[in-house]
Amino acid sequence: MRQASLDVVYELAKKDKRVFFIGSDLGVGVLQKFKDEMPERFLMEGVSEANIVGLAAGLAMEGKIVYINTIATFLTRRCFEQIVLDLCLHNVNVRLLASGGGLVYTPLGPTHEAIDDIAILRAIPNMTIVAPADAEEMRRVMAQTLDYPGPMYIRFAKGGDPIVTREDIPFKIGKALLYREGSDALVITTGITLQNGLEAAERLAQEGLEITVLHVPTVKPLDKESILKAADRVATVVTIEEHTILGGLGGAVAEILAEANFNPGKKFKRIGIPDVFPKKYGSQASLMKEFKITTDHLVDVLKNLVNSEIPAKLSESELVKAASPKYEASLAIKKEKRE
Amino acid sequence: MNQPVMHSQSQLDKRSKELRRTIIKILDAGRRGHVGSAFSVVEILRVLYDDILHYDAKNPHWKDRDRCILSKGHGCLALYTILAEKGFFPEAELWKFCKADGILGGHPEHKVPGVEASTGSLGHGLSIGLGFALNGKIEKAKHRVFVIVGDGECDEGSVWEAALSAGKHKLSNLTVIVDYNKHQSYSTTFEVQDLEPFADKWRSFGFGTVEVDGHDVEALRKLFSSLPVDSQKPTAIICHTVKGKGISFCENNMKWHHKSKVSDEEIVKLLEQVE
Repeated sequence: MRQASLDVVYELAKKDKRVFFIGSDLGVGVLQKFKDEMPERFLMEGVSEANIVGLAAGLAMEGKIVYINTIATFLTRRCFEQIVLDLCLHNVNVRLLASGGGLVYTPLGPTHEAIDDIAILRAIPNMTIVAPADAEEMRRVMAQTLDYPGPMYIRFAKGGDPIVTREDIPFKIGKALLYREGSDALVITTGITLQNGLEAAERLAQEGLEITVLHVPTVKPLDKESILKAADRVATVVTIEEHTILGGLGGAVAEILAEANFNPGKKFKRIGIPDVFPKKYGSQASLMKEFKITTDHLVDVLKNLVNSEIPAKLSESELVKAASPKYEASLAIKKEKRE
Repeated sequence: MNQPVMHSQSQLDKRSKELRRTIIKILDAGRRGHVGSAFSVVEILRVLYDDILHYDAKNPHWKDRDRCILSKGHGCLALYTILAEKGFFPEAELWKFCKADGILGGHPEHKVPGVEASTGSLGHGLSIGLGFALNGKIEKAKHRVFVIVGDGECDEGSVWEAALSAGKHKLSNLTVIVDYNKHQSYSTTFEVQDLEPFADKWRSFGFGTVEVDGHDVEALRKLFSSLPVDSQKPTAIICHTVKGKGISFCENNMKWHHKSKVSDEEIVKLLEQVE
């Protein structure tokens, strides 16, 4: 996926002199052709993300289109203020190409695991966030980056991910893509979890459940209209993402579902990384399994939700109990003390 | 502790006093502002906009203009004074400083005609200026880039990241002007985060580096007219200045770094000093 993206950067640079590439301290030979053929527009500025983002903003204010590539965590956390002020406040055409989105760098530990990138960038005005599902979709995204206005964050998956996107479903930045239609539940995916959504829908079809799969490669701006239209038809909505459940795709969908005031309300569940730092090494796949971001878990969640009744409105005291499992125990202790 | 080699001894001429009077009047209108930080940078900005920079106030985005970024954005009262005087925007905007219906806030924003980049959070301007300068070099453009940084601002690591890059690219079209008034918000730079040997730091990062009295208009004019210092390097000019310059009770007085709820009596006293 990274290769597909950088290949397009090279192609765009060949045809448009406004295109610049900046790396921090990337691997040997990255975009060698670009460097050889267009050395003035190829910059490798060292391990200095804050400066790189500011420098890119300066170039973009002069009318250039700047692609920056480095590891996702460094490209979001280290230079967050430069992204907010230099890129988004000035609303300039800089594209952040983020290697290792999600749990790709599991063997390297929490410093390299980009589990919060979408959440922190989603809060910034003018930012566009795209997480393609596979290399083919990455090519489609990249082809649209040249004339897209404002700063963009493009999240790379591991690479070699199965091709699950389809050319006959027209890709447009900012649009959700309907991959499958069914009336029993809606699964909303971003990035590589499209694969989980499609697999789960296929399996459940064999059990007689029809699932809508809506792929949301652009998490910001969110295609609210398509999401609400798809949600309107079903009782169950599940999001699945390789990202913390706080503030990413699941959070964004929860916000618009709540404000839509569906009546009756939807049964809703976010699947993603819980609010913890990953503690284990291993592989991306093993940690995805640990956090239940899998097709198996998605199937279970969908089946359980579809087959469950929508709970009747809880009374206030029941809500307190539901919020605190130790509520009963604490009541008992208080009663004991009084006695 | 290393002590700086230079101290400003300059007296203010009529024009410098006039500019300060306008700054005080803006302060009067907004009742707040970074007073000391503005007074230390007046002569630097005055000489740049009077004698050095090429610009067209009626066409602020003119392609061939020299770019000047006030990276120490909190010194904006001085910048606004000069931009209004040069005709970038109507003088009436000055009297709406920090007001809901005005365009001028406590830190400069790029939407203001003549302001190249929004600054205010320190450590951003030099990287942006580096982008301008690199673009100018690649396009073989004749315009130059000036970035004014504060001394306290040089505590930011990003300043030195940008300095490394500027040195590497040998950007002789880039000049960093350091307003070295030796005071930051809490105390002196020597106490908070000593920058000395300051000139040597810039030299070692690949800058042609010179030091000057930052209130000596003639010296500044002469120096700014003969840039770059080294034709193969970016330039760093360390301007030895006085925080609050021109107002005896503000000079080197940290209480006047930023002032809010300025009283009528204080405005009168300030104006008396620049009669």
